[in-house]
This record gives sequence, C-alpha cells and structure tokens, in this order.
Amino acid sequence: MLVLAARRIASMILIMFVISVMLFVFFEGDKLNLAMRVLGQYSTMEGRLQWLEDNGYNRSLLVRYFSWISGFLMGDWKLSAQFSAPVFDFLLPRLKNTAILGSCVFLITVCISLILGVFSGIAEASLRDRAITVASVLTTSIPDFASATFLVAIFVYWLDWLPGSSSFSNGFTWRELVLPVGALVIFNFGYYTRMTRASMAEVMSSQYVRTAVLKGLPYGRVVMRHALRNALIAPFTVMILQLNYLLSGVVVIEVFFAYDGFGKAIYDAAMFGDVYLILAGAMIAVAVAVTTQFISDIGYTYLNPRIRFA
Amino acid sequence: MVTPVLELKDVSISYYTRAGAVPAVYDFSLTVNPGEAVGIVGESGCGKSTVALAIMQYMGKNGAVTGGEIRFMGRDMRTMSEEELRKIRGSQIAMVYQEPMASLNPAMVIRDQLIEVPMIHEGIDARAAEKRAIELLDAVRLPDPQRILNSYPHQLSGGQQQRAVIAMALLSNPKLLLLDEPTTALDVTVEAGVVELIKDISKRFGTSMIYISHNLGLILETCNRICVMYSGQSVELGSVGQVFDQMRHPYTRGLFSSIPLPGADRFSHPLVPIRGQLPLPRDRPTGCTFSPRCDFFVPGRCDKPIPMLDIKGDPGHEARCVRYDEIDWAKYKPKGVETEPMEPGPVVLKVNDFKKYYEIRDNSIGALIAGTGSRYVKAAERLDFEAREAETVAIVGESGCGKSTFAKVLMGLETSTGGEVLVNGIDVGKLPVKKRPAGMISGLQIVFQNPFETLNPSHSVGAQIGRVLKKFGVAKGSEEIERKTHELLDFVKLPREFAQRKPRQLSGGQKQRIGIARAFGGNAAVVVADEPVSALDVSVQAAVTGLLTDIQRKKRTTMVFISHDLSVVRYLADRICVMYLGRIMEQGTTDQVFNPPYHPYTEALLSAVPIADTSVVKKKIVLKGELPSPMNPPSGCPFQTRCHRKIGLICETELPPVKELAPGHKIMCHLPDEELRAMEPVIAIARKEIDETVSAATPVEDAPMSQAPAQLKVKKGSVRKSLVKTPGDNAQP
Amino acid sequence: MTDIAAPSAAPVHRPSRLSKLVKSIGLLRESPIGMLGAFLVLFWVCAAIFADVLPLRDPLAQSAPDLLRPALSPAPDGGTFWLGTDDKGRDILSRLFFGSRLVLFWASFATFVAYSVGMLMGVAAGYRGGWWDEILSFIGNVFLAFPQMVLYIVILTQLRPDSPAGELLAAAGFTTVWIKGLTIVLAIMLGTAPQVMRIVRGLVLDLKSRDYIAAAEVRGESPFYIMIVELLPNARGPLIVDACLRLGYVTIAIAALGFLGLGLPPPDPDWGKMISEVRGYGAAAGNAMIWPALAISTLVLGLNLLADGLREISLRD
Repeated sequence: MLVLAARRIASMILIMFVISVMLFVFFEGDKLNLAMRVLGQYSTMEGRLQWLEDNGYNRSLLVRYFSWISGFLMGDWKLSAQFSAPVFDFLLPRLKNTAILGSCVFLITVCISLILGVFSGIAEASLRDRAITVASVLTTSIPDFASATFLVAIFVYWLDWLPGSSSFSNGFTWRELVLPVGALVIFNFGYYTRMTRASMAEVMSSQYVRTAVLKGLPYGRVVMRHALRNALIAPFTVMILQLNYLLSGVVVIEVFFAYDGFGKAIYDAAMFGDVYLILAGAMIAVAVAVTTQFISDIGYTYLNPRIRFA
Repeated sequence: MVTPVLELKDVSISYYTRAGAVPAVYDFSLTVNPGEAVGIVGESGCGKSTVALAIMQYMGKNGAVTGGEIRFMGRDMRTMSEEELRKIRGSQIAMVYQEPMASLNPAMVIRDQLIEVPMIHEGIDARAAEKRAIELLDAVRLPDPQRILNSYPHQLSGGQQQRAVIAMALLSNPKLLLLDEPTTALDVTVEAGVVELIKDISKRFGTSMIYISHNLGLILETCNRICVMYSGQSVELGSVGQVFDQMRHPYTRGLFSSIPLPGADRFSHPLVPIRGQLPLPRDRPTGCTFSPRCDFFVPGRCDKPIPMLDIKGDPGHEARCVRYDEIDWAKYKPKGVETEPMEPGPVVLKVNDFKKYYEIRDNSIGALIAGTGSRYVKAAERLDFEAREAETVAIVGESGCGKSTFAKVLMGLETSTGGEVLVNGIDVGKLPVKKRPAGMISGLQIVFQNPFETLNPSHSVGAQIGRVLKKFGVAKGSEEIERKTHELLDFVKLPREFAQRKPRQLSGGQKQRIGIARAFGGNAAVVVADEPVSALDVSVQAAVTGLLTDIQRKKRTTMVFISHDLSVVRYLADRICVMYLGRIMEQGTTDQVFNPPYHPYTEALLSAVPIADTSVVKKKIVLKGELPSPMNPPSGCPFQTRCHRKIGLICETELPPVKELAPGHKIMCHLPDEELRAMEPVIAIARKEIDETVSAATPVEDAPMSQAPAQLKVKKGSVRKSLVKTPGDNAQP
Repeated sequence: MTDIAAPSAAPVHRPSRLSKLVKSIGLLRESPIGMLGAFLVLFWVCAAIFADVLPLRDPLAQSAPDLLRPALSPAPDGGTFWLGTDDKGRDILSRLFFGSRLVLFWASFATFVAYSVGMLMGVAAGYRGGWWDEILSFIGNVFLAFPQMVLYIVILTQLRPDSPAGELLAAAGFTTVWIKGLTIVLAIMLGTAPQVMRIVRGLVLDLKSRDYIAAAEVRGESPFYIMIVELLPNARGPLIVDACLRLGYVTIAIAALGFLGLGLPPPDPDWGKMISEVRGYGAAAGNAMIWPALAISTLVLGLNLLADGLREISLRD
C-alpha cells in the first residue's frame, strides 16, 4: 500500500515535471513573441529586445527553465501583465470562488446521482429504472452552456426570479449561485447516475448477491450489507475525478455567468495573452488533476479488499 | 409413509427471451426422501441447474416456473409468499454453488458472511452465531477456523472457499442441501476431499441432498438415486445401481459408452460418441427429444410426447422410452471400430533437463527491506522425457504443476531457462517463435483447451484455416487455398459450408475440430494438445478423441497431450509423465503408471478420480491440505506436505532420487524400492460371478453387466464386499 | 458427432457485404431508443447535406430592421423567419441548418483523428506491453493530467492563424477556416486520444490472453498483423458504442469553444458562437439563444441514444 502510494507520487512528480517543461517551452520558447505579449502590440522592436536582455531571456532555455521553476516553487509567480499584480495574489480569491461553486455542485451531484443510481440499479429494467435512465441521458446530452441558456431563458427572462449574472458585484449572495450550480448539476448528474446504476445493476446480478438472497436474508439487508459497498467502489473513484473537472472544466459556465472564478481567470488570461497567469493557472490545474487522480487510485485500493490484501 | 422432503411434480420452467418463452425444463418430476442423496446428471444445457434454482424459487427476472408443483415438506412452494420463502431459504434449504469465489462477497470477511445466517433465521446473537460458525468450519475440516473467519474470500484457496460455502449452507442445519457442480472448479485431489466431506454430511447431519453434476463418477460416489436429464427432461430415474448397471434409456447407454472407463482403449475398444447434437430448446423434436440421435427411433411411436414409464419388474426405476422393453439391452452396446495399435517410430522429441523459471517481483515493503524483491518461481525443473513418432505422451497434473509451461516453450511463446528441447535433433528451447524458420513453425503446432477462445470470433472459419495454409506455405492463390481448406474440413469431418460460418455459429465440439484442422494444416510433426476435450461434454469428447487418434494414425504425428484428467489420459496416451509443482514425479508407459509400483502422488491422484462404474473398487486415499502455491514450494520433496506415505525428515530436507524401477518407469521418491513394489493397485475391477470364465485380461467393457440382474439387485455397499480384486485391464495378459 | 456431415459439393452461398450491412442496421430496429437516436442524428445529417437545396434564406444575409425577431416573424421580402432572427437580422433557421455542416464535419473529423491515434496507441500499449506500454501510457497520462478545457484554451489561444505555424499553413494554401479547424482538431486529438487509448488498451489486455491470439503467435504472425487483424476487430463492439458517445462529447467541446470565441472564425454560423453573440442583449435575445442550444442538445442526444441502442443490441448477442 505504501509502496503503491510512493510509486503514484513519483509518477505524479514526473508527470508534473514533464508538463512544466512542455508549458514552459510552449510559452517561452518564442522569446520575441513573449516580449510582444508582455510589452503590448505597439512596443518597438528595440524595446522588446531590451526587455529580453534586461530580464535574462538571452540565457539558454535550460537555464531559464530552472530559474523559472525554482522561482515558481518558491511562490514567485511573477506579475500578471493584464492586472499588473502578482499572479499569486490574483489567483487566490479566484480559486476560492471556484471552490465555492465546485463544492456546491459536487455535493448536490453526488447526492442526486448516488440515490438515483442505486434506486434504478436495484430494479433493473423496471419502469423506475427506465425513467431515471431516460432522464440521465437527456440531461447529459444538453451541454452545460445550453442548459444555462435554457435556465436563463426561463428563470431570468421569462419568470424574472433570479439574476442572469453571477459576478457578485454587490457582494456574495446565494441567489447568484443558483443558476451556475443548477446548470452544472444538470449537465453532470446524469453521467454519474448511469455509472452508479450500471455498477449497482452488475452487483445485484452477481453470484454473491444470489448467495445472500438464497441465505434467506431480508431484501434490505442484501442491499445494504452485501450490494452497496461493492457497488459504490467504481462510482466513488469516478466522482473523485470529477473534483478535477470542477476546478477547470467550469470555464464555460463561469464565462457564461461572468462568475469570477479560476476557470474564467485562465480564459481571460489566455485571451489577453497574459503568459505568467496562464502558466501559473495551468500548473495549478494540472496539480489538482494529478492529486485527485492520486486520491482516487488510493481510495479505490483502500475500498477494495481484493487489492488491499493481495 | 414419510413425507418426502421435496417433491417436484410435472414442473415446467421457461425463460422469456425476445423471441418468446423458451421452455428450459418441462414435465419434470422428482422426489427426495429424508436422508436421501439424489443426483441429477446431464450434459450442458440439459436444464439441471435450472431445476436447482427453481427449487430455490430464484428464477431471476426472465425465468419462471410455469407449471407443476414444487412441494417442500408437503407444502407447495409456488404458493408461498416471498416472506415465507425467505424463511425457508438458508435455514431449511441451502445451496452450494459451482464457483465458490464468485459466490462469496469479496468485500466481507468470512465471519460476517457466516454468522448472519443463524442470526437472521434463529435470532441468536453474534457471539453464539460465531461459536456455531467455528463448530461448522471445524466440521468441514478447515484448519484454524479463527484465521478463516478473519479472512476475505480471496485470501483462501478454492478448496477452502468451497468448504466455507458448505459450512455456510449447513449453519442452520437445513433439511435439504442443493449442490450445483460443487467441485467442478476444483483440482482432482482437492475435489476428492470435498466429495468425501459431502458424503460425510448426509451421514452426520441426516441432510437430504440433490447433487447436480455432469460427472457420472461423482454421482456414483455421492448419491443413492440418480436422475438423468436430457434436453430439459428427465429421461431415466432410479437407484444408482439400476441406472448404472441396467440402464433402460438409449441416451443413458450412449452416455456410458462415451466416457473413458477403465477398459476402454483407443484401439481395441474405442469410445463411441452419441451421433448428432443436443437440440436447441427452440427446435426440440416433438415427442422423444432424443429421437434424432437414437438408434431405435420408430416413426409414429417415438415422435409423440412420451411420459416417464415404470420399468416392469424393477420398482423405483423409470425411463422415458416407449421401446425400453423391446430393446435387447444385453446386446445393445454401441461398439466402435477396432483398429490396430500404432507402431511408434524413431524419437522425435527429446527433453533433457528442461528448466523454466519465471521472475516474480514482490513490491511489498517487507520484501524491499529484506532485499527479496525479485524471486524466481520454478515452473518446471529437471524435465526429462522423450516422445516417438506416432506416439502420444501425456503430461498429467493439477493446476500450477507446470504442465502448460513446457507447451509454451515448445511452441516458442516463451524460452527455456535451461536444458534442451530437441525436436528431430534441433534445440528449440531457446528459440522464440519469431526466430524459427517457417518449416519449424508449421512442424510444431498446438490444439488449445477452450473451444470458445480457440477461434477468432471476428473471422470466418474458412478465413482462419486459409490463413494457416497460406502462412505455412501449404497453398498459394485463393483457389488453391479454398480447395485445401475444404480438404481440411473433410479431414476433420465437418461440412464444407462451415468455411463460410463464423465461430459463434458452431458448437463447442465443432470449434475444437476447426482448432485441430488448424494445428494439422501444415503437416505438423509434433502437436501439443492442451486439454483439448476438458471443456467439452462427454458425448462430444469421445468424437474429438476419436478424431485425434484417426489423424495421428494418418499423419504419424507425435502428440504431447496435456491434461488433468487421468481417465482421458489412460484412454489416449502411450506414455505418461505425472507432474507436481514443476517436477515429474513419475513417468512410464500407461500400464506402468496405472499399476503399482506408484509414486504416492500418482497413487492419490488415481484414487481421487471418480469412475462411473459400479464394478470398480478404489483404494481410498484422501490427501490432506491444499495444493501448495508454486510461488512458495515446500522444501525437499515437493509432495511432502500432503504425502500419505511420508517417511520422515528426509522428505523435508532432501530432494528424492529418481529411481528407474522398470525400463522406462521412473519414480522420484524416497520410499525404499521394496515398499514401492509392495503397493497394491488403487483401482480394481470387481469380478462378478458371471465373468469368471473370462480371463482377467479381458477388458471390462465385455463384461455383460446387464445380464446379471439378480446380482445387481444387491445394494451397492454389499456388492463391494463380494468383490475380488483383479489388476486393471491394462495389466499384462 | 453431429458435427459430422457428408462433405457437400454444392456451391456455397456467400452473403454479400452489403446485405450484411443492411442486416446489421436492421438490428437497430429492435431498440426503440436507438431508433430515436438514429432519427435525431439523421435529421441533422440530412439538414447538413440538403442545406443548399432546401428553400432556406441566406444564412449570412443581414437585415438591419429585423434584429432579434421572435419565431414566425414575417420577413420583409414576404417570407417568414421561421425561428426568428439574430442580433444582425440573420435568419436563425438557415443558420442552424448551414451550421450543422460545420459542426458535423469538424466534430466527425476530430473524432476520427483522435480515434485513429488513440486506437493505435492503445493496441500497441496493450499488446506489446513492457516498455511500449510504459512509454505510451506515460504520454497518455501527461495529456490526461491536463484538464481538457485548459488544454483546448491554451492550444487555441497560442496557436493562432497569425502564429508562425499558422503562417506556414497559410503559405501552403490553407484558408483561415481550415487552419483554425485543424488547430481545433489537433487540440481535440490531444485531449481525446489518451482517453480512447485507455479504453482500447483495457480491451486489448483482456483479449490478448485468448487462445486465438496464442494460435496466431504460434503460427508466426507479426505483431502488426495480430494487432490489426486479430485484436482490433474483436474490440469493435464496445468501440463503436464509445465512438458514438465520444462524437457527442467532441460536438459539445467544439460548440463550447465556439461559445468561448475560440471556434471557427466569423461569419460562418457556428452553433456555440450563435449563443454567445446574442447573449449581451438580455431578455430580447431569449429566442435567438434557445434555438442553437436546442440544436446542439438534440444532436448530442441523438448520438447518446444511438450509442445506448447499439450497446443494448450488442449485449444481446
């Protein structure tokens, strides 16, 4: 178990390293372009060359990479060209906002999909199962920005119950959170419901559940003691991976609702060409992705005694 | 009259598919009395497992009992509520399943899975339930019950798992125990232990049993009465003696003629397969379902629905055959065509001191600290044997003994670690297949075990045979390939239209024939047959073994036959190597291996094989313990942990010497020669009075068993007492 | 012994490939859900094919007086804006129909490229094992560690048509639309191929222990032959289903990129962009926003239902 964790951590670090090199070369490989981005389109060629010289860009790429990565690891994320503020200070509140949005979506999605998935998987091919399955296919087929469109059309333009933008310009309110959370939950819960359903249905038709039934156990006990634990292993691992999606996959919804989160920050930075901001954002996104992957792997091992005591 | 524990009356069971209801079992009646063990035997698809699930009233969503009565202790279970059924399941009727690993919950320790049974059914507390669980684990002879209780299923071996399942079934002292192929997934010597346990249970607990199996030998060992099923119906019912010795249904007769009993011989007494094929439930013939395959079919009589008929003058014996009293059962014994034995030629395959080790990486912290991160598993060590042209050499052993390892090296899928594998004088042991010249590749081929995996499901049969012909340079150009493909199909006795078929349109036996055609497509000199018939039904097995013998005769191929089944090996092989944990424990001609002196392991193995013949008496040797893991073999003699003839410390410390007791007969054992030579035969054929004029060398199949009804009325047990031991039919005349 | 029959000399009838195809499509009839999906997908495919022939208004023609009209508004030339107009007075219905060409073409193209790459990587990693597997899986994991949307945004904002690579393509005669399209295909390939690879690798690991693979090895087939002829065809069932779902995801991704302004350049009617263009107009744009959202949803729904139907059928046999 520990060895497994150590291996996973080693591979995480390796992946992070490769990605940091890729990102660095991708963004800083073309020096002149970089200078143009940082200094603006109307800067002169001499100014750009001077800037490159001043900032040590005439050193070899390797040296530059190491000076960048060591600075980055120490918390020196440089200045954002767009906001002329330290990238670190800028990203922190954005991350917090996305964390609020993400955790709301995560909690609601997990609750809905586990409940619906288990209820439909228990009674495979029943009317209830079919209804839940159809509902999940339908909602997963509507992209998040499309369901956001529908929600806005209904609740903002037609009923005028909720605000159509979530920029919190007058401070944080739950009202502004409803629509972005709603759109993301609608888009996401179907997939996890079907996942849970499939896992539950498979377990319910397994031989050991048959054994449990033929032991004369009450149905409730069969489901709670024998089926659930085995059925939830697979959905658990997938849902943990969803955390990663929520940090950076919500770009479209954040842009749609003008929600000042991490995803929108990356998007704005990319559109503006704010190199250091994108670089830092991408690194954070990848770090989160790799970490959730790690948690999911370890969790799977822990939940599954066949692997744990192998 | 006592109330039967279970009474099935005219039961019909259907499965609902898209195409409509498919009757799986119909018109099925069976009675089980208290303390009785009834066997249900039949080939795959005959409906025997469906009957068991119907008794449990567990038919799933798309199955249902559509007619008849299932009475348990006099009450019709079909009228019971779900709650009443629940109270009966697990407490009154319990079940043991074919795959113990799949039937146990992988995420719960054995304790939790055991104690919940009495807790739910009897309302006792966890402590009392655990006490009971320990008693029962002890009763099923599992050592160290505490450790078992704390284990997850995957931490136990197959035999231990099945014993735990049996303990679970017995926890509430049920009146009826259903056993659905309980030993099919186990190794022979482990199976013998479980069978012994099952026999013991009915004695000790007075439990009635229904034992479902495809293996007639196991039914003979465990049951009082037997029901033979064919295509959803019972065809014959009676006591074990009645059905085994005086069968009154042509199918039962056909079944017995196709199993390799001692006495069958591929040249002088070849097995006789049942012609035709098991009909699919949808196209069963009206009337007798066996009629298309029956030698006694009479239009107008056999094509009407036939009830089970009482056999006149033989109470308790029933058969579903209108002509049972017209057939001369004494004479009706399908007999194969006798052929001359093959004369072996020069040595083709010679194996010298063959070794194959696998590296195993251990990633646990302990291993890393101890520096034992990388170990070697000796899959095969010091293999020495040879095989001649037109000879069949069998490698026999249980799982993990290394019998398939040799095949992989011979085929070039892996390379040897040491020693030589000489094929016509060329060492192929270190030559992976990609380094072998084309001629060598086509000269060394293999027939695989699993008919469902042997053919690529995506390509037609013709394309797959054609590819072999092209690859081996046997044929060029599409026309020649097609012609040769058809020739090969003729050769394995399949219709030419099969070239267009996809593998899924073929039955298991037919797929296996294509596999054989493919192996022999390039005139192979050596063909490895890796358990080619073990996944087939007995009636089909006989046809496939017959085909292999025919082809071997025509092509004078050397065959290396790998198997766990001693009965088949005895029937097919000229020479046998018995392997255990990577080593050859004994080798010799078939006669030498099947007769004393034995290696103790061979002795136990012979004793463990169930034989479906009431006249066979076996010496009972039940090995203790489980098969050790090849990853962690015992010191000294590999067999010492389970050996019933262990002499002492020497067995644990020193590898035994290989002794040549007769020319070509080698045994690796510490036992002194005198003791080895003093061994008695494990399998003996009872000589019945009527046989006395027949010499001991006459194979048993000639013994007219059914001509001695008076004697066979005697109960199984008492027959045994009057038996005179004679050497097996393979003994020298 | 059944299996024994007299060799027949009769000419053997071979079913043609075409009749097999018709038969397998006919199988879909048994799944109502699959039929509904196929109908939805077919609707958009027809819309794309026949957009020129149908009596539609010019999707690019702007009509200044008719901005953001609701559905069924009369057009100045006597016709009707069946689904209303957008912020530049263009007919939404015809923009949707012509837009389906872009979506279907680029989504299929991107999925095809991603699938081809992912499949080859997956088969190689699964079958060859060892270092092949280590290296290919590592490459896959690197790209999987990139959150997809971040990957797309980074690639599409950095590799613009005015970047050196873009100028190279332009010099080679590619139009801006193609350059942008190819960049999208590249981005989607990098994001999707590793996922495909994972699935294929898993399938291959399962299949490669089958005896028929050993049989092929034993007769000396090359690894390439085994991968392409022996392994891949047997993975096609689950792969077709997955490809259908994946095409849905790619459609969503392309529309989302359009919405973010990273899609194909204007004035081509990109469904995602059609939503973002009118979003600033508040309640007045409700009508203009809903139709493209519905269009994407129905297409993706069609693909998902089709995949479900195919899965249902493949599980039966």
